[in-house]
Amino acid sequence: MRSRQAIALLALVGLFVALYLWLHQIGVGGELKCGTGGCDTVQASPWAHQLGIPVSFYGVVGYAAILAVTIAGLQPSRLERRGPTLVIAVLATGGVLFSAWLTYLELFVIHAICRWCVTSAVIMTAIWLASLFALRTPAPRTDP
Amino acid sequence: MKRFYLMLGVLTLALGAMLVYLLNANPSAPRAANQAPVNVVDDGFRGYTMGSDSAPVEVTEYGDFECPACAGFAVIQMPTIKEQLIATGKVRWRYRDYPLPMHPYSRLAAHAAQCAGEQGKFWEMHDQLFQNHSWAQTGKNPSGLFRDMARAAVLDIDKWDACMDSGRYAGRIEFSRHEGEEKLVNGTPTFYINGKMYTGRNNSDSFKAAIDSAAAAVRRK
Repeated sequence: MRSRQAIALLALVGLFVALYLWLHQIGVGGELKCGTGGCDTVQASPWAHQLGIPVSFYGVVGYAAILAVTIAGLQPSRLERRGPTLVIAVLATGGVLFSAWLTYLELFVIHAICRWCVTSAVIMTAIWLASLFALRTPAPRTDP
Repeated sequence: MKRFYLMLGVLTLALGAMLVYLLNANPSAPRAANQAPVNVVDDGFRGYTMGSDSAPVEVTEYGDFECPACAGFAVIQMPTIKEQLIATGKVRWRYRDYPLPMHPYSRLAAHAAQCAGEQGKFWEMHDQLFQNHSWAQTGKNPSGLFRDMARAAVLDIDKWDACMDSGRYAGRIEFSRHEGEEKLVNGTPTFYINGKMYTGRNNSDSFKAAIDSAAAAVRRK
């Protein structure tokens, strides 16, 4: 249960990070707050869109899906089931691979680092690790 | 479990407030640099130059950083012109700003380059603006991108920010535009070879022929 709670909180933060990047990419708000990073360079690169859709939107959908599955998995009737954790682990594995590819592009192709993207990659990796930990941990027993 | 949902609710509110703040927090500085000035300022500046002071031929380019044709010329033709004509001492190249009214961020880009020029890196910023020209196609405020370019041009970013905040070169850019109008610039890029409007094709071979011809005319005098 603790792992799922941690995943839900991480997914919520990740959802807001992705939402911020997506809203900026569709023209909502002004300059992207990036400190010393190269967020605008990354966002303006050809890789910022995949299949015509902003990459950040995939993040919004991914985090929202993980959050929804986690909240559903936290319902008392589902706490003992491994199914939700398995779904989260599958989604997070996809998220980690996607984040790894994007980080590679930032480092070696675009030559600019977007701090928000790095934050998202760290969050997704934490979710993935938490889901693996939850899969290895026996489900808690609840009294009838 | 109630404590967890309370925590989730508080976090949602906090993140929501932060998101609203981030989306509404806009720097005012670049906007100042982007405005057309009320006054035209003649500070004696006549454009940054590249090449030998003793070159027999001078080309003056009136350009607009947001103009796709200017970017195409800078990226495709300029490397050859630099190598064959500027580096060999045949020509000196002068860049003058001619921001076109239909380009919303043209003045901002011109100002970004002037602020780089203040640090002796006008041409580095000029190249950044033209080589990464996708900023001109998005329609979005490119302030953050220009800042990334300023970093890529290895500028002192605090000084560059302060320069952009001040909008101090807006009058100079407007003066350059007025100068272009007086010289009958009717589009960008427009070139003058030793003061005479160049009407040939915008490719390096045509430029080479025109510059050779202008150099021969100088020698005959």
